Amino acid sequence: MRITCPLCGERDRREFYYVGDAVALRRPSPDAGEAAWDDYIHNRDNPAGDTQDLWQHEAGCGAWVVVDRNTVTHAVNNVTLAAKVTR
Amino acid sequence: MVKLIEKTPCAGLLPRSIGLMTLAEDAYPAMTSIAPYQGQSRQVSAALKSTFGVGFPSPNRSLLSDRVRITWIGQGAAMICGEAPPTLTGAAVTDQSDAWAVVRLTGKGAEDVLARLVPVDLRRPQFRSNHTARTLLGHMHVSITRIDAKTFEIMAMRSMAQTLVHELSQAMENVAARG
Repeated sequence: MRITCPLCGERDRREFYYVGDAVALRRPSPDAGEAAWDDYIHNRDNPAGDTQDLWQHEAGCGAWVVVDRNTVTHAVNNVTLAAKVTR
Repeated sequence: MVKLIEKTPCAGLLPRSIGLMTLAEDAYPAMTSIAPYQGQSRQVSAALKSTFGVGFPSPNRSLLSDRVRITWIGQGAAMICGEAPPTLTGAAVTDQSDAWAVVRLTGKGAEDVLARLVPVDLRRPQFRSNHTARTLLGHMHVSITRIDAKTFEIMAMRSMAQTLVHELSQAMENVAARG
């Protein structure tokens, strides 16, 4: 598996650390209520198809990246810098 | 005060010549990392340019002036090698002198040596002089910069100096053995 870092270019997967679902970029507001926070902290989808994860290019530039990939075909469709995601 | 003996990271380990290649230490007198704060990169780059003649490098590039080499070392960060920078207001400035082992691998076959250890294509058409990469050498995080057609500069953390020399020497021996 190869991931194209927006800064460094195409790199081997071993340079990246898997962080988890990109839900971390969609943190609810403090008063969003228990259901929203329960969902944010505990509940994850397990999709067969397109998914969005956070990875860190830890053995490279150190950037956190959002990877759009497909769990069925293993295709990596898009990679963007987490720093550029508007929250 | 006690007189302390200063030792470079690769003291006693280098230089080594194997086959047509040489691995030598290139200890800079000063190394300083700079990371401009949000929205300050332009101002920091201008300050560097007025002092050293070169500004903040773009990703994957290293800039050389007659006084310093400024190498991009990651997202929003660069290393000033050679001289300490002036007081910079808009950036996190960290003195990293003595914290890095810096070696130069030179000679015919240097690309083949790195091809055995590094998961990035460092051959010339795509990796030219003053191109730089943050990547792995074995399992070590390193910064690799091409100095010229036959020379690479490799920076690793000082605590990894012996491993760095071991890995490179082993690969140099293996490449040299192939003739």
